[in-house]
Amino acid sequence: MSTEYNGYVTAERIEGDDAGPLAGRTVAVKDNISTEGVPTTCGSAMLAEYAPPYDATVVERLTDAGATIPGKTNMDEFGMGTTTETSAHGPTENPAAPGHVPGGSSGGSAAVVAAGDADMALGTDTGGSIRCPAAFCGVVGIKPTYGLVSRYGLVAYANSLEQIGPIAPTVEAAAELLDVIAGPDEHDATTRDNEGAVDGLADAADGDVEGLSIGVPTELIEGADEAVVETFWDAIDDLEAQGANYHEVTLPSLEHAVEAYYVIAMSEASSNLARFDGVRYGQSGGHEGNWNESFANAREKGFGEEVKRRILLGTYALSAGYHDKYYRKAQDARAWVKQDFDEALDEADVLASPTMPVPPMEMGESLDDPLQMYLADANTTPVNLANLPAISVPAGKTDDGLPVGLQLVGPAFGEETLVRAGSALA
Amino acid sequence: MSESVVDPDEVRQVADLARVDLDDDEVDQFTEQFADILSYFDALDEVPETDREEELANVMRPDETHECLSQEEALQNAPDSEDGHFKGPKVS
Repeated sequence: MSTEYNGYVTAERIEGDDAGPLAGRTVAVKDNISTEGVPTTCGSAMLAEYAPPYDATVVERLTDAGATIPGKTNMDEFGMGTTTETSAHGPTENPAAPGHVPGGSSGGSAAVVAAGDADMALGTDTGGSIRCPAAFCGVVGIKPTYGLVSRYGLVAYANSLEQIGPIAPTVEAAAELLDVIAGPDEHDATTRDNEGAVDGLADAADGDVEGLSIGVPTELIEGADEAVVETFWDAIDDLEAQGANYHEVTLPSLEHAVEAYYVIAMSEASSNLARFDGVRYGQSGGHEGNWNESFANAREKGFGEEVKRRILLGTYALSAGYHDKYYRKAQDARAWVKQDFDEALDEADVLASPTMPVPPMEMGESLDDPLQMYLADANTTPVNLANLPAISVPAGKTDDGLPVGLQLVGPAFGEETLVRAGSALA
Repeated sequence: MSESVVDPDEVRQVADLARVDLDDDEVDQFTEQFADILSYFDALDEVPETDREEELANVMRPDETHECLSQEEALQNAPDSEDGHFKGPKVS
């Protein structure tokens, strides 16, 4: 299935079982999730020819549940980007806002759902990569609590931060999909036995927000685009009219979340992506020179600019003399963010903010200035640092017709609360 | 802020450690961008030392053999192989 907005990079169909909770439905899969015998390129020239010898756990659970996988979706290379423009397959265009990016890194997954070319999709979220494209494309995305969904078969970028999660047109459909993929897995020792968090999760999509207490972290509003903030408050007003109440909270640690996130993610990436040596899989570095020269040659040819940038910065942050200054301080910031969230969630059922501080960028606008692109992740990265669940639901549109997402953050394994609250809007 | 300014030689050295060849244009571009990005990261200096109350437990399993990839499957994505082995440069 090719799409004019470049949502799919591989259109090979994988049929599911005849019966099951997702029978008759299509679930597109992000191209960093392993599908046996079907190309899994991670949006990278490095893996242009790679076909995994096994399925990811979530893919087995999809087909066991009766879902058909219509294809693999475009993404920022190895998940490194906020716009789906760093893909070796070229950018994806936002079907909900032509001429604009779909967000990233799971931009293809959100785009095919927004365009109706799949009923639902799987994305992955390391620092916002499900919630950002869901917000930009006007659909729903859930980043589950760390440990709820198996990462076995997900090509790793930053293990301590990332989770696989659902993207769908409605909160109810996203909850159905999460219910299918969640649960412990002997192949991923970080999964937790917390089926209670998702069993019958779609039933919680009843839109009942009577008495719901919403905390609004002021740090995530300040500095956001005016049109986004306006749309955000309209959505809060809507929830208030349905019986919820809100109060403002301050979480000073959030001012440091972006730099802590990038130091940790880049450090983990520099180690994870060391496996791409051009010997066991991927682009060959040839047989000239010694092994190190062959590796360096393979990696020069196979990796795009953003991936090289993150590997180098991660290597730098972990190198002797800089480890304490960057990596250790980032771990302190991570613990601080966790504490701040825990305290705020003692006084509120959920925390609300705009998912993204800006509306979808125009295509080509944000590639020249990597730091500016990193800063767009200000509202999503803190959630990954704290291992918490979050949902992005459509909040409305700006006067220019650009989609705006509302993010709700809940306590660990509080997916049910997020689904209930989110379903009052979508 | 100036403490985080990197020079082109440092970029080359890090690229060498990371086993990534760079051309001269990439070195120049990264030198400039890393100065910006690392200056921004310097704000981590303001983060207080924080207790990490991780409730983590080791997850263990018995050390038993399980089904695994066949030699053919393990080699199927290798750009080059010979006699059931991955193939690379000569070790002198």
